Amino acid sequence: MLRIENLHVSVEGKPILKGIDLNVKAGEVHAIMGPNGSGKSTLAHVLAGRPGYEVTAGRVWYQGKDLLAMAPEERAREGLFLAFQYPVEIPGVSNIYLLKAALNAIRKHHGLNELDAMDFLATVKDKTRLLDMDEQFLYRAVNEGFSGGEKKRNEILQMAVLEPKLAILDETDSGLDIDALKIVAQGINALRSEKRAFILVTHYQRLLNYIKPDRVHVLAHGSIAKSGDAGLALELEKQGYGWVEQLADAGA
Amino acid sequence: MSANAQTLEQLIGHEYKQGFVTDVETDFFPPGLNEGTIRALSAIKKEPEFMLEWRLAAYRHWLTMKSPEWAHVSFPPIDYQAISYYSAPKTQADGPKSLDELDPELLETYKKLGIPLAEQERLAGVAVDAVFDSVSVATTFKEKLAEAGVIFCSFSDAVQEHPDLVRQYLGTVVPYTDNFFAVLNSAVFSDGSFVFIPKGVRCPMELSTYFRINAANTGQFERTLIIAEDDAHVSYLEGCTAPMRDENQLHAAVVELIALDRAEIKYSTVQNWYPGDKEGKGGIYNFVTKRGACRGVRSKISWTQVETGSAITWKYPGCILQGDHSVGEFYSVAVTNNYQQADTGTKMIHIGKNTSSTIISKGISAGHAQNSYRGLVKILKGAENARNYTQCDSLLIGDRCGAHTFPYVVVKQPTARVEHEASTSKISEDQLFFCQQRGLSMEDAVSMIVNGFCKEVFKELPMEFAVEAQALLGISLEGSVG
Repeated sequence: MLRIENLHVSVEGKPILKGIDLNVKAGEVHAIMGPNGSGKSTLAHVLAGRPGYEVTAGRVWYQGKDLLAMAPEERAREGLFLAFQYPVEIPGVSNIYLLKAALNAIRKHHGLNELDAMDFLATVKDKTRLLDMDEQFLYRAVNEGFSGGEKKRNEILQMAVLEPKLAILDETDSGLDIDALKIVAQGINALRSEKRAFILVTHYQRLLNYIKPDRVHVLAHGSIAKSGDAGLALELEKQGYGWVEQLADAGA
Repeated sequence: MSANAQTLEQLIGHEYKQGFVTDVETDFFPPGLNEGTIRALSAIKKEPEFMLEWRLAAYRHWLTMKSPEWAHVSFPPIDYQAISYYSAPKTQADGPKSLDELDPELLETYKKLGIPLAEQERLAGVAVDAVFDSVSVATTFKEKLAEAGVIFCSFSDAVQEHPDLVRQYLGTVVPYTDNFFAVLNSAVFSDGSFVFIPKGVRCPMELSTYFRINAANTGQFERTLIIAEDDAHVSYLEGCTAPMRDENQLHAAVVELIALDRAEIKYSTVQNWYPGDKEGKGGIYNFVTKRGACRGVRSKISWTQVETGSAITWKYPGCILQGDHSVGEFYSVAVTNNYQQADTGTKMIHIGKNTSSTIISKGISAGHAQNSYRGLVKILKGAENARNYTQCDSLLIGDRCGAHTFPYVVVKQPTARVEHEASTSKISEDQLFFCQQRGLSMEDAVSMIVNGFCKEVFKELPMEFAVEAQALLGISLEGSVG
């Protein structure tokens, strides 16, 4: 589904990612962990096509296509979804309107008709129940006046409605209390399928208590210092990031 | 990142689509203004004596006045002798009795503007009075309205057919001594619309006027007078466009609204006069005086405006809240781009007890444009328990435009309550990227964010015209689901 080859990325001339290789297959859940400043969020943003990042070397293949050549909205329409670490507010635009506009943009891209209003509403209401969200959420302006936890849940709601092929979750667990974390994890688990892949970007191991990853990669100083199975996350929890940073330094 | 900002400006900077010129034979006065011009104008319109006297009184007063300079706009002095004060399609001289008699090319013009006059006669829904250059060319639905007792006609017709009503109300809200441009209008206004809703009548349909300036070097001076008697209701919309011309054209209109006891007037404007080109050349000077008088108890006047055009906009639709418990509202979206200048807002004058007013102003600025809100809230001594709520929000696109707010508040009654809120924001890169990441194009993203910003005003527009506003802003309106 996604193949990253030797990806180098700079921001304002400063190298942040220094040669990332990653292969994500449909149905897999990969966790990207690492200390602050290791380049986790940069990786998530570059994959989604955020402006301001310069790819200095490397290729990214998504479903056989050159991802980096695609516009951000094209990536989204092809099924790449980014759950933001800091979701923005859009005053005056209701959640349900955004969801409908987004879903229809994606459907149109695939040559499908716009969804009938009644069907759409029914689908969306189902998803709000899945995430234990009040229906009133749908009619509030996008993230305006939402608590941190509500914003994160709203991201997952959007993911549930848009049903992406590859979902990248950028520190979705940060700022969540344990109950909210469980609900979010439950929402993500409900979406796991053989056709869908996830990349969970996280600082902490605790999200992985609820979502069991197939692979765990530890990022340090802009490259993957170590990869392993779910056990690696537990080891990190015990030993801390200092351990992998040393590995990375030794490798460099 | 700057690439994003550029695309944004391109999106906002959509081409002016109403800039065509119609080739219609016209009768017109040579440029110039003196008492003779006014006498000739009055004669051509076969006006009664009182109208001519009124015009001449206004003209003499105008000669003593100077063009106002206090607004936050700048333009070279206007040569009032270089303007032609009358231009009319030739066929009009014989007085078309129905749409069939209208110049087909004229009808084609309105079709291009998206006003299917002929169709509207069949479809029923909106009655349209269309003012082309100086004269009113067609009023649809006259008969159906007449059944309800509603008078909706051109101002010229009203002067002929209902001179007593015109005499009773003309100039009672905006007197002929008011301000420089209103006074000029009083002297030379050539046509406009007249609406009279008698006691207890709820106007059975939305009324609408479209104004278009076609001829070169012509000023447009139309006058609208709307009277709602006790318990009467009316909703009225005006739309405006003009061809693209290199020279500036002057539009100095006057609108007077009068609401008697428990009457309600809703006046909506979608203004899309030619704004000038990207370098700021050409465009309409829109210097308009609009004022409503809530004369009766519990009367209500509501102004909704969507302003996208004009090189310079100078207008402050206001309400004089005279009747006890009367209500004034002002909802405005003003979009300025390139070198457009807008100094617009409202005046709410509280005179009666328990009067209340609401002001919601949304200014959107892009390019090198300057967008100013100027508002006056005045609570007079007798206005016990008067209330005002004002909210002014500005949205900036790019870093070369400006937004300014000039609120004036005068309170002479201690029980009054006046609130003012203001905010300034920008469309952020984060918002745009977020929308794109959800699959929306940049264009749709901007449209959605701008629509969200304007939502409180758009929801005040009559349903029929919400689509109009959408077309004019070049952005799509937010639909509602469920």
